Amino acid sequence: MKKTSRRDFLKLAGATGAGLLACGAGSAMANEGLQVNNDELGMLYDATKCVGCKACMSACKRVNSDYGSLSYEKAKFDEDGLWDAPSDLSGSTRTLIKLFKESEKRWSYVKYSCMHCQKPSCVSVCPVSAMTKEKVSGIVDYNKNTCIGCRYCQIACPYNIPKFQWEKAVPQIVKCDLCKATNLREKGITACAETCPAGAIKFGKRKDLLEEAHQRLKDAPDKYVAHVYGEHEGGGTNHLYLASMPFNKLGLPEIKPEAPAEFSEKIQHTIYKGFIAPVALYSTLCFIAVKNMKKHKGHDDDHQKGDK
Amino acid sequence: MGHSEEYQKLEGRIFTKSFFILLSVVLLGFYFVGVRYVKGIGAVSNMSDGYPWGIWITYDVATGTAIACGGYAVAILVYIRNRMQYHPMIRSAILTSMFGYGLAGFSVMVDLGRPWNAYNFFIPSKWQANSAMFEVALCVMAYSTVLILEFLPAILTSIEKSKWERMNAIRNWLHPKIAPDKKTMEDKLEMVRLGAAWLNPRLNKVLIFFIVLGITLPTMHQSSLGSLLLIASTKLHPLWHTGFLPLLFLLNCVFIGYSIAILESIISSYSFKRPFEIEELSGLAGLIPFVTVIWLTVVIGDLSYRGQIHAALKGDFYSGWFMTEFLLVACGSLILFVKKARKSARWLFISASMIVLGGALYRFNVYLIGFNPGQGWKYFPSFAEVMITVGIVALEILGYKVFVALFPVLPNMDLHGAHKKKGHAKKHKGSEADKHLPAGEAHAH
Repeated sequence: MKKTSRRDFLKLAGATGAGLLACGAGSAMANEGLQVNNDELGMLYDATKCVGCKACMSACKRVNSDYGSLSYEKAKFDEDGLWDAPSDLSGSTRTLIKLFKESEKRWSYVKYSCMHCQKPSCVSVCPVSAMTKEKVSGIVDYNKNTCIGCRYCQIACPYNIPKFQWEKAVPQIVKCDLCKATNLREKGITACAETCPAGAIKFGKRKDLLEEAHQRLKDAPDKYVAHVYGEHEGGGTNHLYLASMPFNKLGLPEIKPEAPAEFSEKIQHTIYKGFIAPVALYSTLCFIAVKNMKKHKGHDDDHQKGDK
Repeated sequence: MGHSEEYQKLEGRIFTKSFFILLSVVLLGFYFVGVRYVKGIGAVSNMSDGYPWGIWITYDVATGTAIACGGYAVAILVYIRNRMQYHPMIRSAILTSMFGYGLAGFSVMVDLGRPWNAYNFFIPSKWQANSAMFEVALCVMAYSTVLILEFLPAILTSIEKSKWERMNAIRNWLHPKIAPDKKTMEDKLEMVRLGAAWLNPRLNKVLIFFIVLGITLPTMHQSSLGSLLLIASTKLHPLWHTGFLPLLFLLNCVFIGYSIAILESIISSYSFKRPFEIEELSGLAGLIPFVTVIWLTVVIGDLSYRGQIHAALKGDFYSGWFMTEFLLVACGSLILFVKKARKSARWLFISASMIVLGGALYRFNVYLIGFNPGQGWKYFPSFAEVMITVGIVALEILGYKVFVALFPVLPNMDLHGAHKKKGHAKKHKGSEADKHLPAGEAHAH
């Protein structure tokens, strides 16, 4: 093998240097930081008030049946078709009540639906902007007419909320959109919050919900775990939780205050800011390759005779 | 084909026994693709809302494109590091890259739930530059086009030289009533030939800019394939989730690329009964340890920086897979440090296989094995799902076999086998066919 000449090495070092420089310039500009908007719409679910009647689930399915939510769903274990509820969120179920059982005396209901993050991972990863976050309301919305069905949103969502219709030839993603096109537009409130007979679901602006949640914690500190889930998780969510049991036992994952999307975007922006690095890389490589080529052409022309 | 050219067609029949075996595998795979389009993805695959990406993404896209990086790695060597002695290897490397990327694109179309909306990638208002997926998609599409352009000279050259034997045979086989008039057909074919002869030298003049684009694009999207999983910070095991994912994926595809170029050369020499190109291969093999050592250093350095070394040595499920991946790459590289091993086709084959396996396992670990969406989710691919992937790989091999017989792709043995003895004498033999890749074939020592 021929040894690398010093010149080759210098060329390579130059190319790498140019690339690194471009990267450095990018990272200096990439400090955007996350602004929390407390005027966005959200819901506060209080697990201690929930009675597990699942009226919210039925209401959600009734209202949103035109938007991918089936009026009923058969669970896998339900061979006789007698069970009353789906086993999990799915391509036809946007919200779900589950029951965590610690012992015979201690248990807690828990509601699952989209958390409507301040900095949603699904919006950050969607390659064609089918997932969007509305500027004013903060609703994380899905547009099936743009979606290509790559399911990257499912990979990215730390709460496993977006669901895919695996059994359909023309599938779509299904997730809560705060009844944006249905109940919210008609009545100004989500179907689940409107229906809840126990007052476990409160609908409103994030700042009011946070105030309410902290008031409840203050009024009855023995009743609750001293934490509002969603206040800081993953950069903050608009769907907030209060509960009497540790949240990770209720199936709500422990998530650091930094939004996962912040982390990945910081790296992606560092590499691609202003498209400087790729262009610098391309032009440096072109320079080297053309130069190499010329050297050889000169060489070959001496020897090649008379081919047109 | 004359003896004076850098590349030659492979002599022999196309429709062999292995051709039909591969074809039946392809057909089985495509049957399941049909089922998927009629009955939905759930009907053929075990993917779920917890594991929304199965082996189609993990193998066909994330691993398959790395294995298709032979063209990228060899192009860096030839055009950037200026090692023209490897030029004879580049065409078969580009051909496998072309098939690898083309079929990765095909399996994405099988995997996408709503592929008819894919046109949104070309609508600027829908662009989403924050998404690594967006970057990967555009880059892969662009690179596939570049690969076709890079391979085009081989096709143009053989059109220029074609005597249209096959076409005439087909014409004669057809019923006289539907067969085109002989004279008209010959005229039209002559026009195609002239078109090719017109395009070929013009393409050659600008080809180097596409070749460099073909080096820039994989640098971008191979690192972005790592960036794809950056966001899954709560799901991907800490052994693999790191800010260095893009760098690790980039280095990983380079050493896989060189190793696969070695494997391809050994396998095709063996199965087409041609002499091994030991001289070139051992040169390539000498480069691999440099890349793998950087990769291994970044892996260890990053683990210790994040305080995860204990997780690697824990001995549980995840550490087992991590150690397998790590040791395969490390041991494969160790072998290549021995000069004697680099001169032996057998040891080259063993070490290159280990490095490819380890590198591919790394990608499986990141995309599937180390990915845990939470309690209660499990994934193991179904039979139909595997058969779709196997069918696509079979199509790739099939295409390669047909293409090397139809077009001048493989290094010319008469030149190449005698490379050692003749030295640079061969460069006097330049002919028109050599010019389609602007660098010419010979490298002066």
